[in-house]
Amino acid sequence: MPCRDWEDGGNNRGLYFEVMKFVIQFLIIIGFSFVGEFFHYVIPLPIPASIYGIVLLSVSLECKLLKVNDVRDVSSFLIAVMPMMFIPAAVGLITSWDIISGSLVKYVVVTFVTTFVVMGVSGLVTQVVIRRGKSK
Amino acid sequence: MDSVFFGVLISLGSYFFGVWLKEKIRWSLMNPLLISIILVIVILLCAGVSYDSYMKGANFIGYLLTPATICLAVPLYQQVELLKKNYKAVIAGICSGVLSSILSVIALAFTFHFDHASYVTFLPKSITTAIGTGVTEELGGYVPVTVVVIIITGVIGNIFAEKFLKLMHIEEPIAKGIAIGSSSHAIGTTKAMEMGAIEGAMSSLSIVVSGIITVFAASFFAGVI
Repeated sequence: MPCRDWEDGGNNRGLYFEVMKFVIQFLIIIGFSFVGEFFHYVIPLPIPASIYGIVLLSVSLECKLLKVNDVRDVSSFLIAVMPMMFIPAAVGLITSWDIISGSLVKYVVVTFVTTFVVMGVSGLVTQVVIRRGKSK
Repeated sequence: MDSVFFGVLISLGSYFFGVWLKEKIRWSLMNPLLISIILVIVILLCAGVSYDSYMKGANFIGYLLTPATICLAVPLYQQVELLKKNYKAVIAGICSGVLSSILSVIALAFTFHFDHASYVTFLPKSITTAIGTGVTEELGGYVPVTVVVIIITGVIGNIFAEKFLKLMHIEEPIAKGIAIGSSSHAIGTTKAMEMGAIEGAMSSLSIVVSGIITVFAASFFAGVI
């Protein structure tokens, strides 16, 4: 990209499209978040906006209402930095420490054991069904 | 310390440090998320900053979680053909994941003599935070504890998934993705994304499906204890 001058009064068409591309992609994704929030507000189930949003975006892509290119760059970025977004909620540990500390060992055991049980069971079941299908 | 940017600054800074450390020390326990969580807690405690004033800024990072989760639809869509071809295995895997999660929580809750509130706090532990807190609230558990348990579950999945799946001889990319998504939701999914496109897509799908099934299954099993 030869000219990246932000102060040329918007005469650089390439830069204009570059900027607009990101704005539009972000706009679309925030739009889905908003509609997801709306569904969450209207439907009396403990299903969060993000789940409605992911279903709606999948359906829109599948029905060709949107192309992957319409959201590709911004969605790749958001997914790449996603782990970071869990930090604030996890730091909330310091506020619930008083409830947890009393039964810390039990809680840790339950958390570890069940995580591995679920991972093992769901993975093995999926693999067995796939391989049975292949061998037929 | 009341600056809105303080919370964002230490969160981003700690995460940056975590990623850098992982690059330097190539050791799977060096998980950037885990490192940054510990680092932020240490900074807050040392500086005597309350969680509330930290959250004033850190909330802005949290707000991005909904749009980011929605973006998981993109890798999912790109694998939709594969999904259609293997739908039986996918459904069987996710359902067995939800059921094994609930049954293992029941078994351990009996072993440790949990009361009803502690028991339902753990019921939604393998699903995404936003659904899990809703389930716990409705069933009368400790919501802040659920948040911590869900996140720790995710971090465990994120750190140990690769080694554990190898140990269990789970080799099919689809099975790996389902296993990670069903057990450790979005935090595990970020690891599945690193492992491959198929793993990431299947893990994303598991978040959605197992989350929704758990809403109903958890209220069904809530009366057990």
